[in-house]
Amino acid sequence: MKGYVDPSTVSTESVQVLKPDGTLVPDHGFDLDLKEEDLREIYRVMILTRKVDQESTNLQRQGELGVYTPALGQEGAQVGAAYALEPQDWIFPSYRELGFAMLRGVQPSHILHLFRGTWHGGLYDYREHRLAPYSVPIATQALHAVGFATGAKIDGANTVVIACFGDGATSEGDFHEACNFAGVWKAPVVFYCQNNGYAISVPLSKQTAAPTIAVKALGYGFPGVRVDGNDVLGCYVVTREALRRARRGEGPTLIEAVTYRRGPHSTADDATRYRTDEELKHWEALDPIARFETYLEAEGVLTAEFKDQCDSEGRDAATKLRQEIVGAGPLDPALIFEHVYTERSPILQQEFEEFMEDQEGR
Amino acid sequence: MPSITLAQGLNEALRYCMQRDDRVVVMGEDVGRAGGVFRVTDKLQQEFGEQRVIDTPLAESGIVGTGIGLAIYGFKPVCEMQFDGFTYPAFEQIISHLAKYRSRTMGKLPLSVVVRIPYGGGIGAVEHHSESLEAYFTHTAGLKVVTPSTPSDAFALLVEAIEDPDPVIFLEPKRRYWIREDVELPVVSNGDRRKARIVHEGTDVTILTYGPSVRTVEDAVAEATKDGVSCEVIDLRWLNPLDIETIMASVKKTGRAVVVTEASVTGSFSAELAARISEDDFLSLNAPVIRVGGYDIPYPPAKVEDLYLPDLDRVLDAVDKVLNY
Repeated sequence: MKGYVDPSTVSTESVQVLKPDGTLVPDHGFDLDLKEEDLREIYRVMILTRKVDQESTNLQRQGELGVYTPALGQEGAQVGAAYALEPQDWIFPSYRELGFAMLRGVQPSHILHLFRGTWHGGLYDYREHRLAPYSVPIATQALHAVGFATGAKIDGANTVVIACFGDGATSEGDFHEACNFAGVWKAPVVFYCQNNGYAISVPLSKQTAAPTIAVKALGYGFPGVRVDGNDVLGCYVVTREALRRARRGEGPTLIEAVTYRRGPHSTADDATRYRTDEELKHWEALDPIARFETYLEAEGVLTAEFKDQCDSEGRDAATKLRQEIVGAGPLDPALIFEHVYTERSPILQQEFEEFMEDQEGR
Repeated sequence: MPSITLAQGLNEALRYCMQRDDRVVVMGEDVGRAGGVFRVTDKLQQEFGEQRVIDTPLAESGIVGTGIGLAIYGFKPVCEMQFDGFTYPAFEQIISHLAKYRSRTMGKLPLSVVVRIPYGGGIGAVEHHSESLEAYFTHTAGLKVVTPSTPSDAFALLVEAIEDPDPVIFLEPKRRYWIREDVELPVVSNGDRRKARIVHEGTDVTILTYGPSVRTVEDAVAEATKDGVSCEVIDLRWLNPLDIETIMASVKKTGRAVVVTEASVTGSFSAELAARISEDDFLSLNAPVIRVGGYDIPYPPAKVEDLYLPDLDRVLDAVDKVLNY
């Protein structure tokens, strides 16, 4: 009826390029511009991500990390989107974005020191990698992404920003404010939601009554797209299109990558309390790496030699990570007073001196 | 010398900074075409354009959160919260990010952001428009907090805040927006305004105050002087970093201290001052530090706000109390 909008008319289908059996969807409608070396690079980073992720979980189980938030199962969603970015584009991550960080060449231990309790922001160089610090308060980084993108737009820079968050984040006010500001300002930003099914224990059905997350984009005046988040090529093409749109000055896109978090929310969480083995098995069968591997093998892109090379690189990275984490002591404790302000106030200076005297007395 | 209001001092400070540094941008609700509900951003959009004076959507977390993003990019945003009581939606961005980003990133991503907030009561406003929220910010490591009480300080302190590499909460005493002073602009501040301002020298009692209460205390001191009481009045200006040196030198001289704020006293910045004075120099005190402030109740309706706000009589009573302890 005139004047009404109806959520039941919204499509809940997802973009898919690569089917779960590893064959291409006929007529998927996207220009697959990836050369063989691109495909191999995506594969390499996915393997690296999985190995480093697994070793991070191991390190936590062995008491070397305070906590860890595994990305297992989300490698396709992360690496596919990350591969679409230009080097100058910035990533504003949540706390579960290892695939993005691995593609940007961040040293794994520099991220993991955050979870070890060495330093809150990790130890990597944010500007060098164009990767903002991991953000823990949910959805808050989406606003930073919009502000940064707006700065780039004012400057006329050819920079687009991708804001990463999960399905739970779409319930937060900051998600709404970020989308709304970005829509009004036509900010060159891509909102990248990895809908991994759960916000800790709460399933999406208890998070929103909307038929999809992608449809929320309409409320902000820009397009949304739902994509199979375990299809790395699908994630790549929809992100590429969103980035192109942003670079043309047409503003934001909301991408909903439907995936599944096969690990717990964090290592402090017991996922058996809220989900079934059957569900987990269903998603294991949809593994993003296995699917991509099948495709690459059929295409003759993936030789046994290259696979071995990726495996051994992943193992080496895990070993190096372990070496850099295990036994790493705290940073110089004086640093906790060092970066609060540009200069310490007289009162803070007095506290600092008392603190240092206490340290020397130990 | 031209006479300007405190609001004009702020407006000129913004203009001065925007002319000198093209990375300075002003953002908030109604700051553009309307020039701000208190006209603090008057005519700035006409002069600097819509990209540098941004009428944002109505969302305070969004204003500070996107301000943070702009600062990471390299801009120097001056964010306006329209009223004290509407700052609360921005708390998460202020407390969890603005205050902590420099520390979290080990100084690699410092945030040079100013958040301007009109605060305090006395203008007959409806609920949520009269609050004193300084304690929330002085309690938060990583933020600087400053509040002017005169038109010349309004100009000089806002310039200092904008040029500061750290995030600054800039609290504007809204009922003093229209007080006047003869000022030659630009007021050149060579760091001397980082120190507290001795408004009135005296020997019997130190009265510590800031922002909107400075004028109240000045009126009270005029009366006390007639009665032969010599009051030293200190306008703190910066609550963080606090000029503890000036405070303690005065208390050592007078042996008595009264703190006057609009904020309710429990858990307040006045509590911090009282604690610090007694910790630092208990033996100089001839009387306990007495606080005059709002009562521990929600800010009352406008018809009775005068009964809540510290006035001349309550300040004089406190002075009597410390003198006759």
